[in-house]
Amino acid sequence: MTNHWVDIKNADLILIMGGNAAEAHPCGFKWVTEAKAHRKARLIVVDPRFTRSAAVADVYAPLRAGTDIAFLGGVINYLLSNDRIHHEYVKNYTDFSFLVREDFSFDDGLFSGYNPEKRSYAKTSWGYQLGPDGYVVTDPTLANPRCVYQLLKTHYGRYTPEVVASICGTSKEDFLKICALIAETAAADKTMTIMYALGWTQHSQGSQMIRTGAMVQLLLGNIGVAGGGMNALRGHSNIQGLTDLGLLSNLLPGYLTLPGDGEQDYTAYLDARASKPLRPGQLSYWQNYGKFFVSVMKSWYGDAATAENNWCYDWLPKLDKGYDILQVFEDMHRGQVNGYVCQGFNPLASAPCKIKVAGAMAKLKYLVIIDPLATETSEFWQNHGEYNDVDPAKIQTEVFRLPSTCFAEEDGSLVNSGRWLQWHWKAAEPPGEAKGDQAIMAGIFLKIREMYKKEGGAFADPILNLSWKYKRPEEPSPEELAREFSGTALKDLADPKDAAKVLLKAGQQLNGFAELRDDGSTACGCWIFAGCWSEKGNLMARRDNSDPYGIGQTLNWAFSWPANRRILYNRASCDPAGTPYDPARKLIAWNKAAGTWSGSDIPDYSAITPPESGMGPFIMNPEGVARFFAVDKMAEGPFPEHYEPFESPLAANPLHPNNAKARSNPAARVFKDDWDSFGTADQFPYVCTTYRLTEHFHFWTKHAPLDAILQPEQFVEIGEELAREKGIRPGDSVRVKSKRGFIVAVAVVTKRIRTLDIAGRKVHTVGVPIHWGFMGVAKNGYITNTLTPFVGDANTQTPEFKSFLVAIEKV
Amino acid sequence: MALQSLDIKRRSATTTPSPSVRKIPEVAKLIDISKCIGCKACQVACMEWNDLRDDIGTNRGVYDNPPDLSDRSWTVMRFAEVEPTPGRLEWLIRKDGCMHCADPGCLKSCPAPGAIIQYSNGIVDFHQEACVGCGYCVMGCPFNIPRLSRKDGKAYKCTLCSDRVAVGQEPACAKTCPTGAIVFGSKEDMLEHAAGRIADLRERGFALAGVYNPTGVSGTHVMYVLQHADRPTLYQGLPRDPGISPLVVLWKEIAKTLMSIGLGAAVVGGIVHYLSQGPNEVPEEEEETS
Amino acid sequence: MHINRRQFFKVCTATVGSSSLATLGFSPDEVRAEVREFKLTRTTETRNTCPYCSVGCGLLIHSLGDSSKNAVADIVHIEGDPDHPVNRGTLCPKGAGLLDFVHSPNRLKYPEYRAPGSKHWQRITWNEAFSRIATLMKADRDAHFIAKNDKGQTVNRWLSTGFLAASASSNETGHLTQKIARSLGMLAFDNQARV
Repeated sequence: MTNHWVDIKNADLILIMGGNAAEAHPCGFKWVTEAKAHRKARLIVVDPRFTRSAAVADVYAPLRAGTDIAFLGGVINYLLSNDRIHHEYVKNYTDFSFLVREDFSFDDGLFSGYNPEKRSYAKTSWGYQLGPDGYVVTDPTLANPRCVYQLLKTHYGRYTPEVVASICGTSKEDFLKICALIAETAAADKTMTIMYALGWTQHSQGSQMIRTGAMVQLLLGNIGVAGGGMNALRGHSNIQGLTDLGLLSNLLPGYLTLPGDGEQDYTAYLDARASKPLRPGQLSYWQNYGKFFVSVMKSWYGDAATAENNWCYDWLPKLDKGYDILQVFEDMHRGQVNGYVCQGFNPLASAPCKIKVAGAMAKLKYLVIIDPLATETSEFWQNHGEYNDVDPAKIQTEVFRLPSTCFAEEDGSLVNSGRWLQWHWKAAEPPGEAKGDQAIMAGIFLKIREMYKKEGGAFADPILNLSWKYKRPEEPSPEELAREFSGTALKDLADPKDAAKVLLKAGQQLNGFAELRDDGSTACGCWIFAGCWSEKGNLMARRDNSDPYGIGQTLNWAFSWPANRRILYNRASCDPAGTPYDPARKLIAWNKAAGTWSGSDIPDYSAITPPESGMGPFIMNPEGVARFFAVDKMAEGPFPEHYEPFESPLAANPLHPNNAKARSNPAARVFKDDWDSFGTADQFPYVCTTYRLTEHFHFWTKHAPLDAILQPEQFVEIGEELAREKGIRPGDSVRVKSKRGFIVAVAVVTKRIRTLDIAGRKVHTVGVPIHWGFMGVAKNGYITNTLTPFVGDANTQTPEFKSFLVAIEKV
Repeated sequence: MALQSLDIKRRSATTTPSPSVRKIPEVAKLIDISKCIGCKACQVACMEWNDLRDDIGTNRGVYDNPPDLSDRSWTVMRFAEVEPTPGRLEWLIRKDGCMHCADPGCLKSCPAPGAIIQYSNGIVDFHQEACVGCGYCVMGCPFNIPRLSRKDGKAYKCTLCSDRVAVGQEPACAKTCPTGAIVFGSKEDMLEHAAGRIADLRERGFALAGVYNPTGVSGTHVMYVLQHADRPTLYQGLPRDPGISPLVVLWKEIAKTLMSIGLGAAVVGGIVHYLSQGPNEVPEEEEETS
Repeated sequence: MHINRRQFFKVCTATVGSSSLATLGFSPDEVRAEVREFKLTRTTETRNTCPYCSVGCGLLIHSLGDSSKNAVADIVHIEGDPDHPVNRGTLCPKGAGLLDFVHSPNRLKYPEYRAPGSKHWQRITWNEAFSRIATLMKADRDAHFIAKNDKGQTVNRWLSTGFLAASASSNETGHLTQKIARSLGMLAFDNQARV
């Protein structure tokens, strides 16, 4: 979230799209009801299903799963063609006036530089025009046809209300009604917040759906303001934190990135990431990349990381390609992976195309499960009748199942969606011999290290030198680990302005990332968390809930990264002169007398830089402003374009009916053998979408009687019209089939799933909740991901769980 | 602390008057259906707090689960897909459970002394140790709420968390409700809160929004805010004009004169009736036609 | 007034039944009316955070005993933390049911091992588990570690064993896991955020 849960109460309009907050995040959704109560806010829900969020919405509109870019592109067109945008904001805080290279083009669904064999783009033309001074050339009059504003207008000019209705199946009246409500928030004192979740991420063009939402918000001046923002509602309690800590194949902590094979030179690695400003006077904060990087390496390798060995740069594994979960299961399926460790992760249920995943696991030599619960993955080799029909004798995998603690049995911190690091305390001992994850990880690692010490082996240096100064090596304490990722001075830190003055003594905890150094004198496991455990103590454990300004800013509750800022880009809540656009919802303002920015939040800006400096509010971007034109950052193009899901009822992309290459995302990775696993509309005519229900959490609560009672048995949802066509009545048992397998479940027939009119033909939607499996106290069921396709978003590789094709029949 | 006072107002089958000198403020729970997201947190909080676990059932083609109130489900969500305005779908979700009537039909029809208690703060509570399992409370209830347990033959229903209220805490369902669709406080405050909600709903186009606090039972200590107060039956059969069955009223008038007739036979008859017929549950249709 | 047959029957029996009981000697004065004992009076309260979605609701965990030496804390009730700025005491159906997650019959209690081709789990000790897992991992790493690629570039990666990190483990676990995984040269390393 750019903002945070409580801040939603400051919104005038809430758009829930690509998510279902009332069901998946009920206690966060309360702030929507607060906005309705105290600001007379309106709630819009756009979703293929009339969800429980829609049940309390002021306006609901359906759309076909996977067509969100078409819908939002239509909103952009509406705002631009009716001139309902926040002029001062877009002119000063975005790249509207920037000129784009002459060789950039868009032609019938494809951007310049496409290579159909590689299914990827050469992105050289996707850039700005640079002047001789190295800065971007701009045209403040916005008249130049190569400026971002003009290109944007042309690109989305095609997304008329009629086109939107035809692609999405949303009625023109509903669409225009929603556009009109959204347009009202272009006013400086009106804001809209967008709340989304996996309904946007789980598409082959999911990242671009989110970008399109962000572009709408930028046009309206709704980023960086109270009650605004792009608010990703993360699905689990700490995937925010684990992502922040870089536990993804290509990441290092704090959104630093691992080097590729070609990056053999340390300096070049840094230079490529420490972006220099693209406009005069910009902060371009990533210029400090080296400080963050060196501090991580000092945190990991201690004294072994030196300036001479480039802080152990060569010890880092280098990437020849991405190793996301889909790639790894593909490799496993090909027999190239021998071992796998699942720490609190149930991929047999969570990953797409169960038949492929289960087949891949059966090729493993060993599998290690660390979990508080008996998961499906831990028993992938066991025959569970129709739900997991395998022959154990044929599966030669050694499997270990290690019991871990749950939340109630450990101390530690989690990062919520609002970026708050919140500490929690142990209430009881775990059952039986269960151990904490830290003890389990240490137990395995110390054995490995012991063997390397004794026997030697492949490149043991990083293993032998991994910093391990914990008081109880077999069980590092949460406090020690938290202090380690928050950061410590390794030497006395002198004040850069006055060498005689010592800011921090060796061994003291850092106050924040501003104190990080690239000379090896600081260690910090994750720069964005820096200062969460300072000399003041554990700030994550703070419990002062006072809200002095009354706008939901509780700065002394827990710790929010970065630097305890609660609302990102909050400089953009003020006009260029530093005065809040809406004084009633003031986040920060320039205090001329004091020469600082201050207010109800920590400034996301250089605190002492005056407004007249011209420094932009988007300090992480070298431009200092937000980008409509994504330059080379996205896989499939600088402007989001609607593409069909890989399995779509339409044979062609209605925007590019004659270009087969532009039917679905041209830059999405598809493994060779998986092309044949995609079904077509003649055999699988219905759009299927998978989702959570409010009664359950993922695959966990089916183990808890209280929740199993609420939704005991697997079901699927279909509309009344499809039910009539197929002779299905409520409560009937039905089989839902995709090209990859089938499930059998109870039918819920509902008015809430409408048959849509797509380009003159009827399209039915089938809804499949995800929560059942063959373990647990609820009734056993099929794993929903039996049905889903093995293809992901072109940027993140997040699987396309939200839109694919099925057939349905009464059993 | 006013809310925690649980002085007794009346007891079933008891003629001794209760002390009535102290003036105890009445409490109430207000359920705003327009804010309800049907998450069933109230169902879980109720079961968890009261140490109940209903059966893990089946799906019968609807979201409602457990499908009905039971001795172990003292509250359930009832889902209705309706189109009060043609073409405009509404998903009305009503938390069903005891209404804690000011004039409780269950208490009036209960033959077991002290099995049903009405506290001065308005809570109507069942005391299972005194319950004889006759099921008359089921019949006397205009909302079809109490359920007899097949395990111990006694009647159960929502207590409005009388144990929590007694120590100054709100009921478990009200505390847990994520959207604040359930609020708890003095009856006066709840009516005021309802008025604010109704004004908001009218501004949003629900011209006939209103509070459900039926006079037929002299008002209730669980009230609803309805978007369509003119049509309570839209909400899975919420009765339009609930009242205590005239026969229960009749009984109250003539009971004393009949007191000595057919002593033992009636007691035995009641037990035999239960054993042979099971719990007395009035099918919903029949209830509605009365 | 419309009275159907069944209601008539109901009320008649009720009348006689109840009158009779009162006459049979259940004295109203002896009828006590006490509410159920409030069950949290002296439990120990511990602040925690809900492990499910990312709202990060504050919890109050109530456990038996006062943490004295001879008391084994058993969690008996969980409800929302009213001081928490986001949930303000509320919990959704999952959070409100956390007690049954903590005490789920499917909680794992002991390290277990399933041999190749076997249909059964067998209980093992932690030491056996750590030793065997470490042996398998080291053997695989030593056999398949890639120090240099075809072009002779230093790449120091180990691809033949993968790791999926959790979605609800703490930052402290995440930090430690990241350190360990990268020191081993792992790249096939993701967490639940990917899906």
